[in-house]
Amino acid sequence: MIKNISNLGDAALYCDFGNEVNKEINRNVINYFNNLRDSNFLGITNITPSYNKLVISFDLKLTSFAKLKKQVENLELKKINNSKNNLIKIPVCYVEEFALDINRLQKLLKINEAKIYETFFSKNYYCYMTGFIAGMPFLGDIDKSLFAKRLETPRVKVPKNSVGITEQFCNIYTFESPGGWNIIGKTPVNIFDNKNNTKPNLINPGDTISFYPISKLEYEKKYK
Amino acid sequence: MKKNINKNYFEVLRPGINSTFQDNGRNNFYHIGIPFSGAMDNRNFLLANTISNNGINNPVLEFAYQGPKLKYIGENISINVTGDVNFKVIRNNKNLEFSCYENIILENNDCLDILSTNRSVYGYLSIGGKFEVDYYLNSCSTNTKAKIGANSGEKLEKGQIIHVKNIKKILPKNKIEYLNSKIENIRIIKGPHFDYFSKDAIDLFFGNEFNITKLSDRMGIRLKGSKISNIKNTNIKSEGLVKGVIQITADGDPIIMLSDHGTIGGYPKIGVVISADYDKLVQIPPGSKIKFKEINLKDAETIFKLYEMETQNLISNIK
Repeated sequence: MIKNISNLGDAALYCDFGNEVNKEINRNVINYFNNLRDSNFLGITNITPSYNKLVISFDLKLTSFAKLKKQVENLELKKINNSKNNLIKIPVCYVEEFALDINRLQKLLKINEAKIYETFFSKNYYCYMTGFIAGMPFLGDIDKSLFAKRLETPRVKVPKNSVGITEQFCNIYTFESPGGWNIIGKTPVNIFDNKNNTKPNLINPGDTISFYPISKLEYEKKYK
Repeated sequence: MKKNINKNYFEVLRPGINSTFQDNGRNNFYHIGIPFSGAMDNRNFLLANTISNNGINNPVLEFAYQGPKLKYIGENISINVTGDVNFKVIRNNKNLEFSCYENIILENNDCLDILSTNRSVYGYLSIGGKFEVDYYLNSCSTNTKAKIGANSGEKLEKGQIIHVKNIKKILPKNKIEYLNSKIENIRIIKGPHFDYFSKDAIDLFFGNEFNITKLSDRMGIRLKGSKISNIKNTNIKSEGLVKGVIQITADGDPIIMLSDHGTIGGYPKIGVVISADYDKLVQIPPGSKIKFKEINLKDAETIFKLYEMETQNLISNIK
């Protein structure tokens, strides 16, 4: 549950669910997010769930920190059937030209390439949040043996659709973007569809994701 | 007279540095990584649309530093420019000078040349009618990162045609006198990671000036000045951001999140710029110095109320 609500500036609430990162806390955050989306509280402009925080921004012309804080504190939580066990399978091609950091990881983790991919592909991942850039999913947790720091110097341009890992998380770069995650492959699937006017995100908070390997030829076929 | 929906248009002779279509912005999509966007300087956006007798959420053309040069083809149309902007109209090879904040009538073959913003960043072009633009998720605001909104999510390009529709038959003659005041002191409210910084670092943060660097755009303002060192951790677990948040990067420099900011971030938040200072903050050009001043939430709310009253008073004075 929410441990503390403070103000983030004069037009946002900062709801703190704790400092740990785990599914249980994150499910709480997402549950609040879903309930608030249905609440019709006046003036809310954006609700941003993350690992263990929820930021609610509002229009200061319509409401205030004190008013909205009271409403959130008194919010009656309903169980909402949103994306329950929604499993999404994402193909990944890990040929050398796409796996930009596999050599670095082999040295850093002291395990070979085959073992890295076997470990990576053998687990399902939970989507904690999406954002930073449009549609980017933050997934976890990867196996402890694959925990690696970010690159010391982030790349200026990570290619679109790259799959990266850092610490206990993995993600997919939905656009070409600067970034420091260790890139291990690339998916042909479009994760954020900027032509889709209703549901542009393929992956949403609370979803379960599994990755599976594909050849370069399959990648080319699927990548339109 | 025959009516043809596509007969009125602007041709882009020069796109300008950062010209995009904007409106009020896009609500309720932070959770999928899509920021608010919208006109950076909300007051000048509102004034532009009000002078044109438009609805307050009508698309405008926002430009930064150097604006576009546009040739107009079509029936007479009223336009106005807001901000602190130098511009002229070229008609039959003659230069005509006009002021901001008043309606001007453009005639067929006129050329509108928006030369520059004066010691400021953003300006707005509004028309008595509507630019024909694409909408995405209830807004036309162009977000060049996610490639969404008007103009397929891109800045204006040379040679392109901008169609206009719904041209007002009775051309509005509204105007208002307005002076864009400049600020150097930015008022902020303490952020959730204020205690990540030592007393010395906080003293430096509020005591010294910071330079606005050229690495500033619709996403954010990057500052250089005293290094603000961290006593806890230079990173946090990524969490939601809002416009006006000041993050301190791992190398100790502050960055202020603006309207196209990444929706989540992993640097400690030392403070948040108050809503009432946002329109003026975004107008401070690179090379300027700013200073931060801390105020409390109550005062920030009161100052915003006054700022809103002032805006509404301006709007009611337009005639």
